[in-house]
Amino acid sequence: MIDRISKITAEAKAAIDSAATTDALEQERINWLGRKAELPNLLRGVRELPAEERGAAGKAANEARVELENLIDQRLTELSAAELSAAIASDTADVTLPGKPSSFRGGLHLLTKTMREIEDVFLGLGYRIAEGPEIEQVSYNFDALNHDPHHPARSATDTFYVDASTLLRTHTSPVQVRAMLAEPPPLYVIAPGRVYRRDDDATHTPQFHQIEGLAVDEGISLADLKGTLLAFAKAIFGEEREIRLRPHFFPFTEPSVEVDVSCFACDSGKTEAGDRCGLCKGTAWIEILGAGMVDPNVFASVAAERPEYDPAKVQGFAFGLGIERIAMLKHSVPDLRLLYDNDIRFLEQFA
Amino acid sequence: MKVPLSLLLKFCDPGLPVEEIASILALTGTEVERVTKLGVEDPSTFVVGHVVSCEKHPDADRLNVCSVDIGGSEPTQIVCGAPNVAAGQLVPVALTGSVMPNGLKIKKAKLRGVESNGMICAEDELGLSRSHEGILILPESSGPAGRPLADVLPLGETVLELEITPNRPDCLGVYGVARELHAATGAPLAPAPWTVDHGTSGDLEGFALDVADPAVCPRFTARIYEIEGAGETPMEIQGHLTAAGMRPISPVVDITNYTMLVIGEPLHAFDLDKLDGQKLTVRSAAGGEKLTTLDGQDRTLEAGDPVIDDASGPTSIAGVMGGARSEVGEGTTRVLLEAAVWHGPTINSTSNRLNLRSEASGRFEKGLAPALTDRGQAFASQLFSEFFGATPNQGTAVAGQDYPDVTIKLAASKVESLVGGAWSVDRIVKPLEALGFGVTVTGGDLDVTVPSDRLDVRRDVDLIEEIVRIDGLDGIEPTLPSGNKGGLLSRGQRIRREVADELGAAGLFEIAGWSFANPNLGDRLRLAENDARRVVVELENPMSSEEAHMRTTLIGSLLESAGTNVARGASSVRLFEIGPVYLPSEEGLADEPIRVATLLVGPSVPPDWGNPAPPSVDIHSGTALLERVLGSQRVTWKVLPARDPEPFLHPVRSGVIEIDGHIAGWMGELHPEVAAEFGLPNTVVAEFDLKAVESASPEVVHYAPVSPHPVVSQDLAVLLPLTVASADAVAAAQHAGGAELESVAVFDVYEGDGVDPGFRSLGLRFVFRAHDRTLTEDEATAARAAILAVLESELGAKQRG
Repeated sequence: MIDRISKITAEAKAAIDSAATTDALEQERINWLGRKAELPNLLRGVRELPAEERGAAGKAANEARVELENLIDQRLTELSAAELSAAIASDTADVTLPGKPSSFRGGLHLLTKTMREIEDVFLGLGYRIAEGPEIEQVSYNFDALNHDPHHPARSATDTFYVDASTLLRTHTSPVQVRAMLAEPPPLYVIAPGRVYRRDDDATHTPQFHQIEGLAVDEGISLADLKGTLLAFAKAIFGEEREIRLRPHFFPFTEPSVEVDVSCFACDSGKTEAGDRCGLCKGTAWIEILGAGMVDPNVFASVAAERPEYDPAKVQGFAFGLGIERIAMLKHSVPDLRLLYDNDIRFLEQFA
Repeated sequence: MKVPLSLLLKFCDPGLPVEEIASILALTGTEVERVTKLGVEDPSTFVVGHVVSCEKHPDADRLNVCSVDIGGSEPTQIVCGAPNVAAGQLVPVALTGSVMPNGLKIKKAKLRGVESNGMICAEDELGLSRSHEGILILPESSGPAGRPLADVLPLGETVLELEITPNRPDCLGVYGVARELHAATGAPLAPAPWTVDHGTSGDLEGFALDVADPAVCPRFTARIYEIEGAGETPMEIQGHLTAAGMRPISPVVDITNYTMLVIGEPLHAFDLDKLDGQKLTVRSAAGGEKLTTLDGQDRTLEAGDPVIDDASGPTSIAGVMGGARSEVGEGTTRVLLEAAVWHGPTINSTSNRLNLRSEASGRFEKGLAPALTDRGQAFASQLFSEFFGATPNQGTAVAGQDYPDVTIKLAASKVESLVGGAWSVDRIVKPLEALGFGVTVTGGDLDVTVPSDRLDVRRDVDLIEEIVRIDGLDGIEPTLPSGNKGGLLSRGQRIRREVADELGAAGLFEIAGWSFANPNLGDRLRLAENDARRVVVELENPMSSEEAHMRTTLIGSLLESAGTNVARGASSVRLFEIGPVYLPSEEGLADEPIRVATLLVGPSVPPDWGNPAPPSVDIHSGTALLERVLGSQRVTWKVLPARDPEPFLHPVRSGVIEIDGHIAGWMGELHPEVAAEFGLPNTVVAEFDLKAVESASPEVVHYAPVSPHPVVSQDLAVLLPLTVASADAVAAAQHAGGAELESVAVFDVYEGDGVDPGFRSLGLRFVFRAHDRTLTEDEATAARAAILAVLESELGAKQRG
């Protein structure tokens, strides 16, 4: 019997060694150690052997089984590893194929992005965002802002009217007045939003967007306005920008200025090729906004309801800028109409 | 305003290139729109010629062969076509090699076989005026022959086109601009051109003025000139007028225009002999009066138009245009010269209405200073003397107010406070004096007397503007205010940003829609006649009839934009807008609630090479989008079938959006007919109120415990009557599932073969989990059974076999 065990073991070892796949190995395990295989049945037959033979035969059979099991496990490890390697090697992918997106691309309109960018600059400078109606009282839009009763902007050729006392606001400036009436100084607010003027040509749309800024405190100065706008220009157009103030006229500020930012497309009006810069038209400066010190008459109209704004006590500056213009300048958008065309080929460029 | 540079430099010459002058003006408040060069570029080849002889061309009737002395040893031969050329004249000659203002090059040529070495020029050819009435004949004083023509004629001119802000009509005369240049550069300023006056004050004999309404005409003056001969406008002045865009017409008219150009005061000359009576009356017209103006047009006046009457009625539209009846002409020998100022807005409205805008009305509408009347009369008296050798008759007729000096107090400390930086009294005084203000200093206080033409300066802040713009805005050191309270978005502003970001992240592009709506939108959306959205804010003066309404829904722009994109070939169009709609209110201003609207067209997921043709979006895509946006704000919401479906939505594939138990909007598939109307395929749209989201969204999110124990998941397939909403089944299950029911998901919906008619099969997946122990399968099974029981008893469901 022991001879038989030795013989089986030798044959089994050979078969296990020659199994080339895990499937073949499993078959050999069944052949040699399975329920119907000879060796386990030999073990069962040990009982029937004479007593003096039982010990040796049983031991031999058991050792043979353990040896074969270990051999199969070892071989299985080898074959599995080889098979996995082969499987990995053959599981190729074209890594240059386009991805399988789980969602569509989307995002904010360039005007919203620009507006937020500017809002964030002023939030960082300690301003809050004030809001006001777009369909506005004539009194807030013009009278309280020191517009002469005959100011040409009031005419029905320039301004949209709903009725004699109601209009579509022509600027975000009425929010200045509303913000002052709403809370006492010190007041630091910006007011972004839609405004309307009766212009419709290559450089005007009847609806556009502005951001108004207002700072009212004791001792607010023109130097503060300049510093604030310089911080704004650097944040939006680049750290190396400078600004230039030019005297101008607005009814609701005195002194009034227009503000230019140094051109970001050229060096002192000339392109690298030496041509006249198209963006600043060779001037090295680009006009970006209007500003000034709040006219005492504006404070006086507010102080009638809220005496804290007595023009003898407070000073302030205000500024207003067009979002469309900033967006177009910064992102080289050549035509205002593109901003309102809503072609997704335009939208996705900035989203 | 067009300013001839040479005229400006006569009053103030800083010795700088024109570009620098333009830049200095721009930085002190006078914007230079452009600088243009007129006339001859290189005058070196233009000389005064003396026509020695003039013979008819042998082969051409209209040509003359001239021998012209140009200063050399021999006269040169020039063929000339002008009818007025004659021997003995002094004439302008362009020698060969000259480049004319129109670009023509003068070359040696043969005209009909006769050699010609140059050209004898007419005024227009030299760019002096538009006149082409033969060649220009120069006065005797222009000689001798060979003298550079530039010595006697303004050959080349540079013109500054200035944008004068409405507060500065004092700069609508060249001398005012010169004063600015003087203040900005320190270059000397010539004495004021109105310093010499050949006229006298006192009553004007034989003539009277009557101004009925001083508000319309603050000051009116008149003088009488008796002139002999035709007079002559010096060529230099004609050149200045031409360069400023005003055609030289006749010496009298040129006097009025040149005074306007230099002083900024428009004058009007009447032929006194054509006026009826000895009095002019200024009054407001009654409606329907008629008048023929200088341009020959018959004008009908409206009530309120300012007119000047003589005894025969209106003879001039005051401040806008004179009447033809009293126009000066060649035979005029007695001139009544008017210098007046008018109420700006009145002139503006009359000239706008008549569409009659002139250099004069453009100035008057700014509201000129009364002092300009006297300055204008004084300067004109010099010109009448120069052009005609005439002096005005005794006296000046005056109606209206005098203009006493205005003095303003200015504290030096106010300059420091409002501008910032350090301001000595000297630094403050210098720019004011340069601008012609009188300054008396008492300690740190200044008494400042305002020049009589500076109506815009009445307060200390106005003075500060003058000081700072001349001192230079570049010199201000930038600072930042220190007193602000910290920046912050309000909750509503933050939520608006978050919702927009979430929609962007969900693959939608934001559009910029129009606040205006086409009045036909209600019909295109098939809104009922009494639909609230047809109650709109209507514009009195829309840009066009298609933009006459203010929108009451955002969907119009979205549908239009989507239609455009589809027409341009887009297969996936996913858009949103967040913005106000405008709802009329019973009293006060319109309500402007912020709405959120979305639109989906195209595949429900992005196609790729593994899934090249995903199914189209449908209502459930819309629900998923809402889940994303509203879920991110943690509001309680659901979509319910609408009792009255929106007329523009698919009647059974749409619903209302309920947020926190209140209807806050609508969503669903666009009605196929409406989709077709806008050129769209199957389209999913939604609109809801942002305020509802803000109200329902928790201000602070609090932590909910996360169980460490494993889940037990169980499925249940029930047959649900078609009349029961799946959301109700889910809600009932949530209610019945007990504390351990973590979530309920619909994993399968099926109708058709194998399902009883009137029912559909709903596969529900329950996830159970306890917080304090590992839940057993048996506990979960019991809970599932309890759910089934409730679905059966409350909703008529049956377990699917």
